[in-house]
Amino acid sequence: MRVTVKLFASFRTGRFEIETVDYPPGTTVADVADVLKLPRNELGIMMINSRHVKLDRVLDEGDTLALFPLLGGG
Amino acid sequence: MIAVLDFIRESAVGDLVAWQHQLEAARRFSLSPALVEGIILDNGLLPARYQRNRQTISQAGQRELFHSRVAVIGCGGLGGYIIEELARLGVGTIVAIDPDVFEEHNLNRQLFSTPDNLGQYKVEAALRRVTGINPAVTLIARQTAFSAENGVELLNGSRVAVDALDSIGVRIELADACSALGIPLVHGAIAGWFGHVTTQFPGDDTLQSIYGAQKSCKGVETSLGNPSFTPAVVASLEVAEVCKLLLGQGTPLRGRQLAIDLYSMEISMIEMHESDRETG
Repeated sequence: MRVTVKLFASFRTGRFEIETVDYPPGTTVADVADVLKLPRNELGIMMINSRHVKLDRVLDEGDTLALFPLLGGG
Repeated sequence: MIAVLDFIRESAVGDLVAWQHQLEAARRFSLSPALVEGIILDNGLLPARYQRNRQTISQAGQRELFHSRVAVIGCGGLGGYIIEELARLGVGTIVAIDPDVFEEHNLNRQLFSTPDNLGQYKVEAALRRVTGINPAVTLIARQTAFSAENGVELLNGSRVAVDALDSIGVRIELADACSALGIPLVHGAIAGWFGHVTTQFPGDDTLQSIYGAQKSCKGVETSLGNPSFTPAVVASLEVAEVCKLLLGQGTPLRGRQLAIDLYSMEISMIEMHESDRETG
């Protein structure tokens, strides 16, 4: 199952901006975050095909997953 | 009131009233500079300090800004720039809310912090600064922490709330208070080279969409810190949103979130479609 992953802001550091990756069927957003070693408590906006999703959302063939870090400073 | 208006009209050059004449009118007729500014603007004239606003903001718009009250929640990195820009813009009443005093680690970015005022309340520094740059603006200093308990009271009477907080949990409480009062909330947040801005309108659940699952977490600013330029950029974008909301002009960031990456120099527009609620 091919999924395009787009990373934003500090998530790119030591990783990538955009990659298309093969994941096994049934892979969730949380699984992708874990593979990329993105700490759960740093996850901000998560979107599949421009729609907000939660960690347990299962990915489909051809999806684009976008992950932003949690920003809270002022 | 007739006499003061006559004095103002006689001293005007074209439709511009110089600051020295605004002050002289205040002195002669025992009025505050703010009251005189209201008389100037209500009679089709313009305080000369706003003449370079003119191609952007009409005389009627400038009057609208003067008669507006805006609450700024947080007077640190974002809040300092926001208050400065609102005061220079000519927003008539600014409610500045913050419980804290300046500390040394604020000096790298917080506009109103100086070595001389470390240990002093941020809202008091904001009051001194605004009085210094635009005495016709009324700043109401509220030295208290915003919370669900006092939120509605603090925001009551404000047309717009501006988020300059540093806590995700309090931001959610702020969004709830704005919903209860039916006022828009201009939201900004920063960390390191990165920031985002959006505006929640009454009836929208924008901040829940952004933070709902992580409301008890700290953001990545705890590891990235905040340099001088990121709050200046995000604060300016927030003030542009406030200006449009007060004037009822332009296109605000409703249902859209601007994500700013100053490291890659990329700005992304996130269209905030309905959350995918049926999953989990």
